Amino acid sequence: MQDNVRFIQGNEACMEGALYAGLNFFAGYPITPSSEIAENLSFRLPRLGGKFIQMEDEIASICAIIGASLTGSKAMTATSGPGFSLMQEGLGYAVMAEIPCVIVNVMRGGPSTGLPTSGGQGDVMQARWGTHGDHSIIAVTASNHQDVFKMTVEAFNLAETYRTPVILLLDETIGHMRERLEIPEPGEIQVVQRLRTSVQGGVDYHPYLPREDGRLPMSDFGGVHRYNVTGLYHDMWGFPTSSPEIVHGLIRHLVDKIENNVGDIVRYKEFYLDDADTILISYGSAARSARHVVKSLRARNIRLGMIELQTLWPFPYDMIREKCKNADHIVVVEMNIGQVVRMVKRAVDAPDRVVLANRIDGRFISDKDIKGILRVIQGKGV
Amino acid sequence: MARPTLKEHVINREWCKGCGICVYFCPRDVLELDGDDKVVAVRPKDCICCMMCEQRCPDLAIEVITERKEDG
Amino acid sequence: MAVKDYIRERFFPHMWCAGCGHGTVLNGMLQAIEALGLSKNEIVMVSGIGCSSRISGYVDFHTLHTIHGRALAFATGVKMSLPKLNVIVPMGDGDALSIGGNHFIHAARRNLDMTALVMNNRIYGMTGGQFSPLSGLGVIATTAPYSNIDHDFDVVEMATAAGATFVARTTSYHVRQIKEIIKKAILHKGFSVVEILSQCPTYFGRKNKLGSAVDMMAAMKENTTPIGSKAKKENPDLIERGIFVQKDLPVYNEEYDKIIKRAQAAGK
Ligand SMILES: Cc1ncc(C[n+]2csc(CCOP(=O)(O)OP(=O)(O)O)c2C)c(N)n1
Ligand code: SF4
Ligand code: SF4
Ligand code: SF4
Repeated sequence: MQDNVRFIQGNEACMEGALYAGLNFFAGYPITPSSEIAENLSFRLPRLGGKFIQMEDEIASICAIIGASLTGSKAMTATSGPGFSLMQEGLGYAVMAEIPCVIVNVMRGGPSTGLPTSGGQGDVMQARWGTHGDHSIIAVTASNHQDVFKMTVEAFNLAETYRTPVILLLDETIGHMRERLEIPEPGEIQVVQRLRTSVQGGVDYHPYLPREDGRLPMSDFGGVHRYNVTGLYHDMWGFPTSSPEIVHGLIRHLVDKIENNVGDIVRYKEFYLDDADTILISYGSAARSARHVVKSLRARNIRLGMIELQTLWPFPYDMIREKCKNADHIVVVEMNIGQVVRMVKRAVDAPDRVVLANRIDGRFISDKDIKGILRVIQGKGV
Repeated sequence: MARPTLKEHVINREWCKGCGICVYFCPRDVLELDGDDKVVAVRPKDCICCMMCEQRCPDLAIEVITERKEDG
Repeated sequence: MAVKDYIRERFFPHMWCAGCGHGTVLNGMLQAIEALGLSKNEIVMVSGIGCSSRISGYVDFHTLHTIHGRALAFATGVKMSLPKLNVIVPMGDGDALSIGGNHFIHAARRNLDMTALVMNNRIYGMTGGQFSPLSGLGVIATTAPYSNIDHDFDVVEMATAAGATFVARTTSYHVRQIKEIIKKAILHKGFSVVEILSQCPTYFGRKNKLGSAVDMMAAMKENTTPIGSKAKKENPDLIERGIFVQKDLPVYNEEYDKIIKRAQAAGK
């Protein structure tokens, strides 16, 4: 095998992607099925001069990565459902204070302790609305190791570009499955570096004043600019305020910087859409089975197409509406009681054409499960 | 070296909240609250420049400015 | 430099009530920092939520005002990521020891090189006078109208048991001691805990009929004594002030640097 080819778990692919993106600080608390990310980073990070710390819980973990990011580090934590729940207050803080960082949630069956060693995709809505208050969020996902690597790099890039926390939603199946990964050469995938202010010491610096292009250059803690960071509504220097104009401006900015850039943020893949009368929409591990179904039915000249979502939030409404406008049936394949399917129904012109193919018993959704639904749709009985 | 002697008490009336901490704990009874509940140095001559009022004030509202006069 | 050079004057007068002990803690802390001649750019102040935690907004350092109880966790990230920074973490008693209790004991155990200040007014000031884990038996609070039956604990003993390598206590009356102790705490290599008994005349004082801020400070003078004093032997109820623990143990961030060296040697 070549030096840059590995046969590894999805969790390791995520770790490799993070290191490629320049990760130099990780804080976490062990939880199945994400622990391999922490274990591997405790080995790899110090070799690269980076820092790994096992914190006392997930609340502390997300707080620690926010603190580290403020000193200029590229920081990440990794967890699963119960830990992700604990992180929600810290996540909201990172949204409000505009701190770039990456939170990996390797989803398992929930709610509560649920099914620790089974796959599930039940945290999609939690990623969107888990923390309190109005906000917008970026969440990405992947269905195979090459994409896990790529989307991990992407998560860091988006975090830096939009000065925001980014959630990487993997799942147990992907996290633990072994597959081939070819690590790209340095430079092969673009890595976005921290945008630092060019304002000199002694000159007034505004950490929370967006440039014309919407980006907010940062200044590392310990540097020449002393400013305030808070979860309260704040002015352009970071100081608390309840002035209605500033409050309005800030919440608009926090939401708009993401919602107005959906076109730039959204990543997806499409297969055989040109002539498809039925379109499968899926993501993460479920998309693997969906792909198989499309491949095998295409071989039988069934006009089936597929969209694989890699960005879940902000939701790509426009893209879905456009791509699905000529389809008779749209089948959303996911491993939950129906989360993305709701968004798809909202996106398309004829919501009654959208159906759900799912599994909620901890078993991986199979080709057979999806084909069963397709038969029902096509009036062929079960 | 001479002992520092009082030049003046600089009182920031905007910041003083009239809590009375400096008044009560002054060892020489130099300070008082006026009708607006702001502190004033009524007996500056008695001040021994111990600085306790300045150091204890929760509002950073009083400063004791001293000077060093040579003896004689 | 004078104390005033370390504050953000435009936000004064500050938001604390008249006679709030937190202001004296700010005053004493700035005297300590001034005496040490620290540069403003090397200090990061990390605070949580509470009246006490608003202290970070008033000082001209790198300031991180975070969420309730988690200041030490944020501070851990700051210090681990950039160990050359001088990290100071002021907290309220509820902030540090109720919601933040877990972070507190683990930060102490880890012995990262930073300074934790517990501004202990035995009450939740910011939310209107509910009892805290430091209130103690018999106290009246807005959530203990018939008197508190919740046992308190001793911050000094807690911090010591958790492994803090510098542990001290003083009060807002003893402002010179605040300065001296905070100076030593900042200079100490390892995790330092300084408990400063502070008065909340607005809630703790009023609810418990303790009089004005002045009366509450006078009581701190009466009810405390230097560690190991004769007075303590005669009256065991007195609360001791001073430095209880000061010892050298491996410091987490320095130990991690050794891990990096070992990992890099192994990786070659
Ligand atoms: C998660 C969370 N729970 C509760 C609160 C409400 N809250 C704000 S400050 C505070 C307690 C403040 O008391 P303390 O930490 O002792 O500081 P003080 O105000 O007395 O200085 C509480 C309960 C909050 N902000 N966040
Ligand atoms: S201690 Fe300060 S705030 Fe209180 S009365 Fe004196 S000067 Fe005013
Ligand atoms: S310096 Fe001392 S003596 Fe003079 S006014 Fe202040 S507290 Fe009183
Ligand atoms: S409520 Fe109590 S703790 Fe809060 S500012 Fe007022 S006196 Fe201080």
